[in-house]
Amino acid sequence: MTKWFQLICCTLVGTSACALALWQPVASSTAAELAAADAAATARELPRSASGNVTDDDLIKFINEQIRKGWADTGIGPSPAATDAEWCRRLYLDMIGRLPTVEELNLYLASGGPDKRKRMVSLLMGEVSSSNPKDSARADKYLEEFARHWASKYSILFVGRPPAQRQNRELVNRDGMQAYLRGSFLRNKPWDKMVEEIVSATGTTSPGSPEFNGATNFLVNKLAENATEATAKTAKYFLGIQVQCTQCHNHPFNDWKQDQFWGLNAFFRQTKSVQNRNGQNVEYVTLGNEDFNGEGSNPKEAEIYFELRNGELRVAYPTFVDGTKINSSGYVNEVDRRAELAKLVVKHENFGKAFMNRMWGHFLGYGFTKPVDDMGPHNPVSHPELLDRLGQEFAARGHNVREAIKWITLSEAYSLSSRSTPRNKKDDPSLGEKPMFSHFYIRQMQAEELYESLLAATRADQEGTPEERAAKKAMWLSQFTVTFGNDEGDEATTFDGTIPQVLMLMNGDLTKTALTSAFMQQLSASNGSLKDKVDYLYMATLARKPSSREAALALNAKGANPQDVLQDVFWALLNSNEFIFNH
Amino acid sequence: MSMNRRHFMSHMAASAAMTAPVAASFTNLLQANAKDMQKRQKACIMLFMNAGPPTIDIWDLKPGQPTGGPFQEIETSAPGVKISEHMPLMAKQMHHTAIVRSMSTREADHNRGRYYMHTGYVPNPSIEHPSYGAVIAKELGNPNLEIPPFVAIGGASYGPGFLGMSYAPFVVDSNGDVRNLNMNMEAPRLAQRLGMLAEIEGGFAASARGEAPIEHKKVIDRTVTLMTSDQMKAFKIDDEPANVKERYGIAAPGAGMAAGGQGGMRRNTTFGRSCLVARRLVERGVPFVEVDMGGWDLHQTTHDTLKNNLLPTLDQGMSALIEDLAQRGMLEDTAVVWMGDFGRTPRINARAGRDHWARCWSTVVAGGGLKGGQAVGATNEDGTAVADSCDPIKSEDLMASVLKGLGVSLETTYTSKNNRPMKIANSGKVIKELFA
Repeated sequence: MTKWFQLICCTLVGTSACALALWQPVASSTAAELAAADAAATARELPRSASGNVTDDDLIKFINEQIRKGWADTGIGPSPAATDAEWCRRLYLDMIGRLPTVEELNLYLASGGPDKRKRMVSLLMGEVSSSNPKDSARADKYLEEFARHWASKYSILFVGRPPAQRQNRELVNRDGMQAYLRGSFLRNKPWDKMVEEIVSATGTTSPGSPEFNGATNFLVNKLAENATEATAKTAKYFLGIQVQCTQCHNHPFNDWKQDQFWGLNAFFRQTKSVQNRNGQNVEYVTLGNEDFNGEGSNPKEAEIYFELRNGELRVAYPTFVDGTKINSSGYVNEVDRRAELAKLVVKHENFGKAFMNRMWGHFLGYGFTKPVDDMGPHNPVSHPELLDRLGQEFAARGHNVREAIKWITLSEAYSLSSRSTPRNKKDDPSLGEKPMFSHFYIRQMQAEELYESLLAATRADQEGTPEERAAKKAMWLSQFTVTFGNDEGDEATTFDGTIPQVLMLMNGDLTKTALTSAFMQQLSASNGSLKDKVDYLYMATLARKPSSREAALALNAKGANPQDVLQDVFWALLNSNEFIFNH
Repeated sequence: MSMNRRHFMSHMAASAAMTAPVAASFTNLLQANAKDMQKRQKACIMLFMNAGPPTIDIWDLKPGQPTGGPFQEIETSAPGVKISEHMPLMAKQMHHTAIVRSMSTREADHNRGRYYMHTGYVPNPSIEHPSYGAVIAKELGNPNLEIPPFVAIGGASYGPGFLGMSYAPFVVDSNGDVRNLNMNMEAPRLAQRLGMLAEIEGGFAASARGEAPIEHKKVIDRTVTLMTSDQMKAFKIDDEPANVKERYGIAAPGAGMAAGGQGGMRRNTTFGRSCLVARRLVERGVPFVEVDMGGWDLHQTTHDTLKNNLLPTLDQGMSALIEDLAQRGMLEDTAVVWMGDFGRTPRINARAGRDHWARCWSTVVAGGGLKGGQAVGATNEDGTAVADSCDPIKSEDLMASVLKGLGVSLETTYTSKNNRPMKIANSGKVIKELFA
């Protein structure tokens, strides 16, 4: 079995160059080249913290102290640490979006040294300290999975999942969005740089189109109604400020006012998008800027109007959320409003906090606020001092995404067992309580994670070309999407623990394919006892060996042949709560 | 004739002594009564218009006003109640139906509006409230039902909130298809698989990891029941007679273009199919079905889209459902509730569209013990506010009224997961006109 693993590694590294060529505007570079170039760039650019030379370890220590302080204040005791196997399983899921294979799990369990977790975290982001070529090949493979996972996460946030019915009239090109994000995560582009590029993007949306710039996809479907959604989503995703209600009225329970909404909105009014169609189908959209005459027809002072609820008309000029005004000329050669906005956004005090809160929420199951992108004064923060400091350090150290991930994944909170104890049973944010992070909060895998996990577990992750794999995955995922068809782009997923999801796992094609895969045939035909094979399937899905009762059920099972029994075991594992939950 | 449980049981005891022919006729009587009992299962069908329908163009027109738009009003089977000229079939069902014209709901953001209309509560980050479907599934649950008590056709609806996964919506395709229902596996092997699964599932559920693993186990059990249930036939409309399908606007196969559409437009039959599935489900004993119809975010060219597409589709499906329920004697026990996220602005914007508007708009109810044939409340002359003479009606008031009509006690109080008492329907006030 170790042999298979090596074989797969080689195949993967062999195909990596063409995978990149497909996805990225930066084309022919390999992950390793990119990483090397960026390591140099990052080392050069990173300013140290204003508060002195704070190391990653210092910061992790600070996180742990703050979390412990919360326990002391609320009279809660932490759960014991998770086992190495549990920690490894959750780390793979959260960092690269799939479960570890048995071989990967065993490699980690066999590793030693006080910094084994730190090495594992770094490895999954493509960083290795050894000069062994085998290690760097492994790291390259992980870097690609890491970038794919985060591109998928942020693409879902920014432009949603593919709809159930393919709509050729959609403006967004999700491949384009993912190509941009994937390239950025691969190069560890600083978060402020990414957001600047996204907010000020010009170019075309679809890979292969002239002047392709995948970053344009964030805005391109949010420009209707004078870009009201672009206004609301920019504030929400990048600053954790929810302004959507203030479009029509002053906010009933926070400080936001209607004129602030329209002041922010004015930054988007030079934005112009043009659809390039082939019949009904949108081939690509060109996003650009053009001179804005203003609704008062004075381009030198290009103003906009909005209506109060009482019908009174008010005027607004580009004014940032903190009150900063820019030159209100509508001429692009005098002021590029979105470029100005981008600069203001990344310098705002919420910018670093908003990112850290979202990332903390991703890894720990809950952020410091609920929801993570509403950090207004009306919304209580569970650990305000910690969130402030994380935001400051993230900004001060150059918005380094990988560094932020290290702080979180190497914290004590991330290492705790998901079993609660009598001393922390009340720490349950699903009851509406503030999260205290005294045990790991379990949550269901996302559909994307299930898919990648099954592919990896059955060694099907290298079948076909990367394009074919991506198309197959998108097709499979689309079955869960329910769109509401409104101008907020809302959607829901039926992969939510209800009956349709259970039916899909019990009887769906994905499960059938996994049960009858070449991998399963090889497993049952291979030498070794049935007991070993059952153990192997438990490790591959639950990262543990079966209990004696579980093993007995499998070993005493009736079947025409061992292959049937193994299929039944695998079926039971894939349908279990212990499998579908990240714990 | 109704039969209570004791009466029924006494017949059962006597039946052992009956002679064969008498027993046969008694079986018939039992079947007739079974039908009667099915009919008496109270239920609610919600027709949810996703993204906010312009009720000023459908149920509460303002012809001649600058806000009025191009549509004219027509008379209906309810004296004095007029609706849009593009709802001619519904016009014949208005004697069963009440329009609530003084809704005033404050939430004009899609997400928030949809949540508020489904639950009677405004969104609150620390708690998830149960929606109509979950509340009605819980209160009107039917122990003999194998289909989940809350079915959402063609949309996601809203979840069970703190009532738990047992009351989550069972979301199916808009044509009523339930995917992945068959395993094609012989019973002994299926049992073997389920035995292995139960062992893993039970261990994890008992491992102090909160409610979620336990809820997962319940969903597994329900799903297995469903896979083997005869009741799933209720989702299949194939065996409905042709005239019934036609009434719901479902063209016979091969008919292609439906007649009557403007310019030979192909009529959308999805909504009609969903309505027919909903009626079949209620007939089978499902207490709550939500049918979603999308396409209402009419920020531009509102009236063309309404006239050519949305209103003919709505009119056909909704009128068929109400008429069908009435003809089968089911309407009295089945509430049909029509609503959306909110209404749309009286003012027509520069793109001939209407934007979001929650200040004054309409919802519609029929059956379920609610008095039809009327318009409750009114808006002012140009439709920009609830008329001075009327009380504004909120989402929770409508919800309380529907629940009361179905015989659910408004004194019912739930306990949220963090031990807060939560009054059913957010203590909404009953709309008294619906019970006059």
